[in-house]
Amino acid sequence: MAKVDFAVPELKEYPEIPALKMDAMAHSSPFKSKPEFQGPLGFPGELVENWQQQAIAKMGDLLGKYRSLRVYLDACVKCGACTDKCHYYLGTHDPKNMPVARQDLMRKVYRRYFTLAGRLFPQLVGAQDLTEDVLSDWYSYYHQCSQCRRCSVFCPYGIDTAEISMAAREIMDSIGVGQKYCNEIIAKVYRIGNNLGLPGPALIDTLEGLEEDVYDDTGVQVRYPIDKAGVDILLVTPSADFFAEPHVDGLIGYGKVFHEAGVSWTFSSYASEAANFGMFIGSYDNMRRLSQRIREAAIKLGVKRIVFGECGHAWRVAYNFLNTLAGPWDFLDPRYPVPQHICEFTHELIQQGKLNLDKSQNDDKVLTFHDSCNVARASRMGNYPGGQFDIPRAIIRATCNHFYDMDEETIRDRTFCCGGGGGLLTDDLMELRVKGALPRMEALNNVMREKGVTHMAAICAICKSQFTKVLPYYGMNMDQIVSVHQLVSNAIVLTPRDDDQDDDDDSDD
Amino acid sequence: MPIEVNGKMFETDEEGYLANINDWEPGVATVMSKEDDLELTDEHWDIINFLREYYEEYQIAPAVRVLTKAVGKKMGKDKGNSKYLYGLFPYGPAKQACRYAGLPKPTGCV
Repeated sequence: MAKVDFAVPELKEYPEIPALKMDAMAHSSPFKSKPEFQGPLGFPGELVENWQQQAIAKMGDLLGKYRSLRVYLDACVKCGACTDKCHYYLGTHDPKNMPVARQDLMRKVYRRYFTLAGRLFPQLVGAQDLTEDVLSDWYSYYHQCSQCRRCSVFCPYGIDTAEISMAAREIMDSIGVGQKYCNEIIAKVYRIGNNLGLPGPALIDTLEGLEEDVYDDTGVQVRYPIDKAGVDILLVTPSADFFAEPHVDGLIGYGKVFHEAGVSWTFSSYASEAANFGMFIGSYDNMRRLSQRIREAAIKLGVKRIVFGECGHAWRVAYNFLNTLAGPWDFLDPRYPVPQHICEFTHELIQQGKLNLDKSQNDDKVLTFHDSCNVARASRMGNYPGGQFDIPRAIIRATCNHFYDMDEETIRDRTFCCGGGGGLLTDDLMELRVKGALPRMEALNNVMREKGVTHMAAICAICKSQFTKVLPYYGMNMDQIVSVHQLVSNAIVLTPRDDDQDDDDDSDD
Repeated sequence: MPIEVNGKMFETDEEGYLANINDWEPGVATVMSKEDDLELTDEHWDIINFLREYYEEYQIAPAVRVLTKAVGKKMGKDKGNSKYLYGLFPYGPAKQACRYAGLPKPTGCV
């Protein structure tokens, strides 16, 4: 843990709506992008000269394209229902982190340039010019929104702050004011194929190592193939699954599930990233370019199905937009959904009794489940509403003897963000991340005390990394966060195949 | 912000990572670790050297599993885990050790 230069919030038994602290987080602002990251995304390298004009023009363009944005900016009646729903407000006490205030940062500019009353009598309707100060506020506070959409659940008009913050980031990118973390990563996907920048040979080396590990552990040769043409399934997973813990323990689990299902599958080094940061920056063009890589890989490898690994926002993009971004998928097997979530795949096998699971292998843990915001509130699993809540829990219950949910107010569609979503999982925002994790940490702490919970499972790479980093700030251990497919991996009883012995000989060569 | 090592200046980025990996010399790691109040032992150097060798071959830092496995093979199974690595580099082997080794920061959901 790094040196702490801010106060870590105290965990309380009951959530508290904090007293306001004006500008408590005005200093929080992520590193700006650089020309070499901006260029490949199609954005100006630095602040353009007539930035104000261009920003207004871009806003007009977005208002024309996205009817929802105009409705959201028009519809707010200042009822206050959203004010205490944002984890960043609850953790930082800064009133500008109330969703309504965050929206107002754009709303006042919208009113000034796009409404009659705002053009004529700006002071009367809270309209304001897009000044340098306003732009700086935008940059700071639109990077204090993880686009988790919890506030929209409580808004009587369904105003989606995430969409406003995406639009704000797109406007800023269009005038050359980008965020380093997101834009460097997108540029890296274009260059190398994934967020981490893992080239093909590193992926192969990593996967070969995992095959050895699994064989050493189980005596069964489970394969982790990459760039294998003519197989049934292309698995697209966040690159953190190759690289980090506990992500990789989940990835090991995916391979074991495929092994037991008896299906042929592969990763792709070209489409070695499920994440799509184009969504975080609100850029349709970049979202599309990133998605197209998956299409190209699927065609090249001649697969019949596409399955996504544990990644929250990737699943939102895939579930909602994959067809419009990269379809039509008429070359895939029509008997399967496009795409499918790994949890759906595993759950189906469990229901069919095709997985032999020994729950006692997870008896050293008492589990709870963190609903990741983009899965919970922006997508679905299975074939009925709410499947995205039930299916991961059903997998945990099938693989573990001890499971307890956290407080109902903090799970399912009311789940709290981990504090690091929406393109904020970067060290330069550590104060925001730690403070924003407060509501989730409180709920976890309570279920640990009341039910003896020891571990929290998640199905999102960002959530897993964020918790690994912030749990220690709250006096907990980094390894208390686990992957759902890590639990599957622990419990699954593998079926040896005839070729296990041969493969062992091969790997000894 | 540049750092000074044995009278020579080294360019770093805003997060303290060396701007050019080829500039690296062992003194860079020593100076960086001093700023973190960390004293580098032989065990730290084993990790730093492994990171540099791996990067040389694959142009990326090793995945945590690859690193723990290599450490386990070289220094004994009890040390082949991330607990050992976090013991050496409290801010995380991927980020802190990479920085000392002059490697770029691993990006993404990590």
